[in-house]
Amino acid sequence: MEQDSQSAQDTAGQENFDAIIAKDSRIEPRDWMPDAYRRSLVRQISQHAHSEIIGMQPEANWITRAPSLKRKSILMAKVQDEAGHGLYLYSAAETLGTPRDEMMDALVAGKARYSSIFNYPAVTWADMGAIGWMVDGAAICNQVPLCRASYGPYGRAMVRVCKEESFHQRQGFEILLELANGTPEQRAMAQDAVNRWYAPSLMMFGPPDDDSPNSKQSMAWNIKRFSNDELRNRFVGMLVEQVKVLGLTLPDDQIGFNAETGKWEHGPLDWEEFKEVLVGRGPCNAQRLERRRSAHEEGAWVREAAAAYADKQAAKHAQKDAA
Amino acid sequence: MTQSLGDASASATRITPGNALRPEDIALAARQGAEQPSEDVAEYALRLGDDALILAQRLGHWISRAPELEEDVALGNIALDQLGHARSFLTYAGSAWGKSEDDLAYFRREPEFRSAHLFEQPNGDFAATIARQFIAANYQFPLYRELTHSGDPMLAAIAAKAVKEVDYHLDHSTQWVLRLAGGTDESRRRMIHGLNLMWPFSGELFQDDALTERLGAAAVLPSSLRAEFDRSTAEVLAEAELDVPPLPMATGGGRLGRHSEHLGYLLAEMQVLAREFPGASW
Repeated sequence: MEQDSQSAQDTAGQENFDAIIAKDSRIEPRDWMPDAYRRSLVRQISQHAHSEIIGMQPEANWITRAPSLKRKSILMAKVQDEAGHGLYLYSAAETLGTPRDEMMDALVAGKARYSSIFNYPAVTWADMGAIGWMVDGAAICNQVPLCRASYGPYGRAMVRVCKEESFHQRQGFEILLELANGTPEQRAMAQDAVNRWYAPSLMMFGPPDDDSPNSKQSMAWNIKRFSNDELRNRFVGMLVEQVKVLGLTLPDDQIGFNAETGKWEHGPLDWEEFKEVLVGRGPCNAQRLERRRSAHEEGAWVREAAAAYADKQAAKHAQKDAA
Repeated sequence: MTQSLGDASASATRITPGNALRPEDIALAARQGAEQPSEDVAEYALRLGDDALILAQRLGHWISRAPELEEDVALGNIALDQLGHARSFLTYAGSAWGKSEDDLAYFRREPEFRSAHLFEQPNGDFAATIARQFIAANYQFPLYRELTHSGDPMLAAIAAKAVKEVDYHLDHSTQWVLRLAGGTDESRRRMIHGLNLMWPFSGELFQDDALTERLGAAAVLPSSLRAEFDRSTAEVLAEAELDVPPLPMATGGGRLGRHSEHLGYLLAEMQVLAREFPGASW
């Protein structure tokens, strides 16, 4: 009996869900949703949150050495924004029933993924510019369509995230512009950073469409709106125009506009390297994870103290109320 | 964006809303012939700016290493506030000598820094950082509140912005002193240890000298803040069931440019890139 009523609920739920998706409307936390949709969202949103949190590290690496107080201040604000993005995103994922602690534990246990771009080192100040311009630029191309994602809390979180990312991209561009117009050494530093971050930033959009297993379902659910290659091509078109303003070059002599398809094209990318970094064999994977793990473990006593204090206060209030 | 090169008023920071006083405004006013601070006022602003700068530098290290994401945000925010105050004070001080905030932050040597020893103390664990914040905020809050009445209009304006922000720093550190002291045995032990580490450096903050005495109504006499500091910290420590650490005060000397062993490393890190490219613009 119970099973029958459960399956009747599921059928009605599925119909309602399909209707919402067909209307391109929004699924909210209390709505029925297929398990696979829920799992896929938890995976995507938590990976996104982890990327924000791990992504703080390469930039935090330069906070104490930023070469002017204004730049130090902008960089601090930016890295702080990233912690904030992580928080909104973990909260959005929590509306799907997965607690933040569980997601954090998966991250520090090395079981969860994050954007593999953050496994590359930020070795010069110009990397602060290239990360802002290219990495955040790619993130914006990816994320603006996510503001329309079918899951309400995710889409709404992305609206705020995108506004801040746009500031991040402009500050990165401004850093490069200043360097490109600076001394010959500064200019060389800027070009070197653009050279190093170009291919990894293009690979941020994920594998080519014919090798992207999750994309199709995600598009059918109105989570993803454009394919990896479409977004990547759009991004290349953006870089091509902006790099001219910088007076720098992109390390790719095969970039061109294909008049037939109306799309930008780029040279081959090293997908072997992408896979290597993804499975943990990048330059900084171990370092990034260790830093997150040590912050988490060394902070455990603080979190325990806050919880113990809250319990004691609650007990005190309960006693007062009873008396 | 190309025309914006080197123009502070068109920079990415410009989107910050509100009418808050920004260091760029102070620099602009100085370029447009605003009245320069006297040598004494500039020296005083340098002290306030250095305290805030060194504290911001220390706190900035926590971002991405805090015990909880909320604390990455909170400590980052406090660091940003302190850095903002530092930039304003240093810009104003520098206007007396034809120097920018960056000239002062990046191209002075250790004995030319005027910060008190408290601010350069290493972060230690979270409890030590909170202890340093607790002392710093209980000192800076009444200081800036009184400085809003300064006879020097620029110092008063900078303090008016800063006092609102330090009010939050005071609340943040107070809440954590209570939680760490009243949380677990371990957190209590660490809180006591952190306070013991930092407390000896509180004495220097309240030492008067010839400069603060000469400045009269332009400055706040450090010793005049002592009673309030003792009262406000004692109240919180009593609620936390902690004793005021019964420790002798350290000698100090920061206002004269005599620092602890820690400042050299902090400056080496902070200044390295700027000094690698002297004269470059960023």
